Amino acid sequence: MRTTSKPLLWTGLLAAPALALALGAGVPALADDDDDEGGRGSRVAAPLDPRYAEECGACHVPYPAWALPARSWDRIMTGLSDHFGDNAELAPDTAAAIGRYLKANAADTARSGEARELGAARGDAPLRITELPGFKKEHREAAARAMKSKPDLKLSQCDACHTQAAQGSYRESQINVPGVGRWED
Amino acid sequence: MRLDPFRFHVAAALTAALALAAPAPALAGAYEDLLGQLKAQGAGPFDAARGQALWIQDHPDPGGGPARSCATCHTDNLKASGKHVKTGKVIDPLAPSANPDRLTDAAKMEKWLKRNCSWTLGRECTPQEKGDVLTYIHGQ
Repeated sequence: MRTTSKPLLWTGLLAAPALALALGAGVPALADDDDDEGGRGSRVAAPLDPRYAEECGACHVPYPAWALPARSWDRIMTGLSDHFGDNAELAPDTAAAIGRYLKANAADTARSGEARELGAARGDAPLRITELPGFKKEHREAAARAMKSKPDLKLSQCDACHTQAAQGSYRESQINVPGVGRWED
Repeated sequence: MRLDPFRFHVAAALTAALALAAPAPALAGAYEDLLGQLKAQGAGPFDAARGQALWIQDHPDPGGGPARSCATCHTDNLKASGKHVKTGKVIDPLAPSANPDRLTDAAKMEKWLKRNCSWTLGRECTPQEKGDVLTYIHGQ
């Protein structure tokens, strides 16, 4: 004999998405003057494109698209067979998709402060984020102190201090500098 | 013991049914498929020992730096983690016994063989070399 449980079923079905929304909706980041915690318009914690993260995170931290201008990403994506001395070739459709993602989110398309701060100069197409004037200025002190306890550290290893870099997040509160701990400007 | 005709026919029928119901050979996975493709290109038979020899063979760096082999990043112990020689990024073990995801994705296998042979050997691996290396990895 079938007992009807339809009212319960429907309540469950309707409640589930509402519950999912409530749980999934991020708590807005606390307002922060220097936008290092991901306030409105900030890219500081923008999630990475999953294909980019997988392919370009295979050998190094997947660098944020907003760190370089579109013309730089172009240079990189057309030179994958000699990618800083390594071979990083991709299937053409994968390379095309990743290139589109990078250029759409590049420093010159981003509205956020981080991109401007890193200082990718107009005109040229720099390849190394770690050599951008803004980057060097931002990291001078922290890098010096980190390398005291870990001399082999490279500035290109963002995740050495930016604990969520692999997820694309550079929130200030997530920084943990070796030998120092939390870092606040 | 001699079976009467009825039992004999029942036994024969059962035997035939069992034979027909016997499981088909396991469906080929990505690894077997790829080896099959390599054979179709004229390579084979494949040999793990040859693959291992290839693995540790040094090749010159065209830029004048230290020589490199597969073991440079992956080490000569496929059950252990390796490390990217430049970035320091940890590379998960290649041995399927240590890492069951290995050798299960054809696109991944082809991508990495293409890139890493190009970088290490200075050219793409031949189908024979690919088969030997894959056979070596598979057995680890």
